[in-house]
Amino acid sequence: MQDSARGTMVEQLSGGVKLRVRQATKVYPTASGDLLAIDRCDLDVRAGEIVCVVGPSGSGKTTLLWSMSGLHGLSSGEVQLDGKPITKPSRDIGMVFQDANLLPWRTVEANINFPFEIMGQAPDKAWIAQLVHRVGLEGFEHRMPSELSGGMQQRVALVRALSFKPSVLLMDEPFGALDAFTREEMNHLVEEIYLDTHTTIVLITHSIEEAIFLADRVIVMSARPGRIASEHVVPFARPRSMEIMSTKDVFDLTNVIKKEIIGDQKSMAGRSGSVVKATG
Amino acid sequence: MESTDAIPQFSKSESKAGGVGVSNMSALAAGPGIQSVRDVAIIVMVAVIVIGGLELVLNIFAVPQYVMPKPSEIAVALVTDFWFILPHLGHTLVELFSGFGIGALVGLILAAVITQFPFAEKIITPYILLLVTTPMLALVPLLILRFGFGYTPRIIAVALAAGPMVMINAATGFRRVDRGKIALARSYGASTLQIFWKIRAPMALPMIFVGLMVGSIFGLLTAVGAEMVGGGFGLGNRLTSYSSMIQMPQFFAVVLILSILGILIYVLFFLLGKKFASWEA
Repeated sequence: MQDSARGTMVEQLSGGVKLRVRQATKVYPTASGDLLAIDRCDLDVRAGEIVCVVGPSGSGKTTLLWSMSGLHGLSSGEVQLDGKPITKPSRDIGMVFQDANLLPWRTVEANINFPFEIMGQAPDKAWIAQLVHRVGLEGFEHRMPSELSGGMQQRVALVRALSFKPSVLLMDEPFGALDAFTREEMNHLVEEIYLDTHTTIVLITHSIEEAIFLADRVIVMSARPGRIASEHVVPFARPRSMEIMSTKDVFDLTNVIKKEIIGDQKSMAGRSGSVVKATG
Repeated sequence: MESTDAIPQFSKSESKAGGVGVSNMSALAAGPGIQSVRDVAIIVMVAVIVIGGLELVLNIFAVPQYVMPKPSEIAVALVTDFWFILPHLGHTLVELFSGFGIGALVGLILAAVITQFPFAEKIITPYILLLVTTPMLALVPLLILRFGFGYTPRIIAVALAAGPMVMINAATGFRRVDRGKIALARSYGASTLQIFWKIRAPMALPMIFVGLMVGSIFGLLTAVGAEMVGGGFGLGNRLTSYSSMIQMPQFFAVVLILSILGILIYVLFFLLGKKFASWEA
């Protein structure tokens, strides 16, 4: 927040805070006691910003994202979208899940139309056709998901999430199951779509490279309980090319984040057990 | 993390979890496909050899008709007595369709409802298991005593035989909860009813077809069995009647009709399953 240069840059791009997370805490009851998944997390995401969240497994990244989507409630704290508290899923938010999470009994087209079916609206055909063209799914509309590769499936999921023009896109480790080349392709695609639509994006990933390539800001979480440990501004201009990934700046930033995550895991190894009694 | 709103783990194996009986279906459906005219020719040739060979052997050893009628005699009986047997086939079909219809409907509704309430399911399941494992034919004498020799006892027996079979398979289907897919629907604001029709029901469909297939075959079995116990009509009644009069060609003609009926039922549900649940394979 002290970085005034960045502040002005982001403010030029965007209006105010799109998503505001305040003191977000989530406790899961388990057989062996309560598990504190995330603990007093604070995060502001500005409109038109890409924020990537990285952290070791068990750092509550996904829990944080699901709370932002309104898919589950918090034990305490609050998430606001445009200043209004989120208590249930909103059509302003599009979700992209781990794996593609397509419905295997529906064709590509029927999968893309699924949100409209649930909302009881006619699909926005022109917009969907544009998206399908943009991600290169033309000609695959009548295929079944099982006939598509992992990358193609995730493209369908991306179109599905954007089909109803949400102002926020939440992505939960979307490309974790893809091979490195496909992943790179998908990262470029996300940036292209971002430059087209200026959708606010929060993306969870365990790839530091992916986070740095895509993000305006990288948030690092620490594990058990999940807390926000640090944030790093990624100042490169868009569109970014893969060449920047081999520059010294990126190399240094990658190492800093890597050290934070590894350091956190080492300190965790010293602790006994992973179950923490929640106080609140 | 045994919590209702725990984050789903999208491991590859989860989508297969709970699909215990689905392999039944693929096992039933795993017949080799017919590839060419040559295949058809070979299949027909083998059939001719088997049936012709049987005819020949029965002739050579002069096997009496009351032991085993010749295929040709069965064919003649099937043609000449066809119009006499047809109404009996009609009666059996009436019992099968109405009994299976009632049983399957109740079974499906029960499966859909109780899987929503895990505690109720735990209590009810042992009784359903009891109904599945007890041969419902055992109740037929009692049912006849109570309802007479009409359709009623037979339809009840068929429903009792088919219903639990449908239910137990459908329940397995409805239990295949995929939290990720439910979360997907909920992220668009889906209601409980929408989640049921758009996610749970399609996911259960392959198992529902397995249940309907097995249930209908059990229904046919029970219908014929019940007809053999009492009452003056139905294919089962023809079997007891023909055997008591040692009319073996007619007896086997009825057996042949029953086999064809069973195969038709199997093919029907196989095709339905292929059309509506092929994504599973």
